[in-house]
Amino acid sequence: MTTEKLELFEVFIRSKRGLDHKHVGSLHAEDHAQALEYARDCYTRRSEGVSIWVMKSNDICASQEDDAESFYDPSDDKPYRHATYYVLPDPVNNM
Amino acid sequence: MSDAIKAATLEYATRLGDDALVLGHRISEWVSYGPFLEEDIAYANVSLDYVGRARMFYTYAAELAADGRTEDDFAYMRSDRDYHNLLLLEMPRGDFAYSQVRQLFADVYYSLVLPELVKSKDERLAAVAAKAIKETKYHVRRSRDWVHRLGEGTEESHKRTQKAVDQLWGYTHEMFDMDDTEQLLADNGIGVDVSKLRDQWHKDVSAILTEATITVPEDSWAVRGGRTGYHTENLGHMLTELQIVHRSHPGCQW
Repeated sequence: MTTEKLELFEVFIRSKRGLDHKHVGSLHAEDHAQALEYARDCYTRRSEGVSIWVMKSNDICASQEDDAESFYDPSDDKPYRHATYYVLPDPVNNM
Repeated sequence: MSDAIKAATLEYATRLGDDALVLGHRISEWVSYGPFLEEDIAYANVSLDYVGRARMFYTYAAELAADGRTEDDFAYMRSDRDYHNLLLLEMPRGDFAYSQVRQLFADVYYSLVLPELVKSKDERLAAVAAKAIKETKYHVRRSRDWVHRLGEGTEESHKRTQKAVDQLWGYTHEMFDMDDTEQLLADNGIGVDVSKLRDQWHKDVSAILTEATITVPEDSWAVRGGRTGYHTENLGHMLTELQIVHRSHPGCQW
């Protein structure tokens, strides 16, 4: 058997209560249930987590490297979007 | 603890250790041969659970024996006639369906034995059982899922799964046999009366097989002997591989 017929899943683990789920890697599995079990075996062997999410990698819509210019460059010349751009009046001490 | 009870408990802990080590070793034979990487890692984890269980039982057996032997002596320095494991567990790993069917039979068995053993008046046995129960919950989920997938998968996987069930069924009856040793411990609230678990095992396994479109075999032939040291030819071969390093280099440490 090869992994060709299996789907790719992304694995997210929450290491402690109160913290975010963090992406830790990916794995192959037949469906969500199996992916969750393999995530337990592949990524929580050393007590890394208290909660696991898995999702199909195909379901992720990701930004493309090619889009970087149109996505991010336009904000380079808009310094007024940063709070540090504004000079605060003296009476406002703690911002 | 009376001498009779102590001797029986030593034998019992050794048996349970033998069961765990033999099955754990059989599973470990899949390492690097798993159908795909994720399953390889997952099944190796199950193997480690069983080998860990063997260590706990052997450590306790060595303490009861109090003759200077250690857990290693129990694992590596006894020959096949001294091993008192169930025959089912020593059968060769076979194909993947065969291994998963054997796994299902064993996992469901332990899912019934351990909740009884945890009530044992022997604190050490109860403690090992308490730890193993959690592992077994996960093992049953895995082997049940695999039997479903294989039974309802392709024509080929269904065929192989049915064949494995038919080939292994005759080895399951021995799991529910009681002898004088186990009866003495059961009567004293130390061991499990496995003869009372047979019906529930049959019900649980039948439900899983039926759901996986696998036919539950009729009881026809039955093989026994593991508990008295009469094994299939497979155990000797397995033990040579398991014990060769330890026996070739006695006392070696690294």
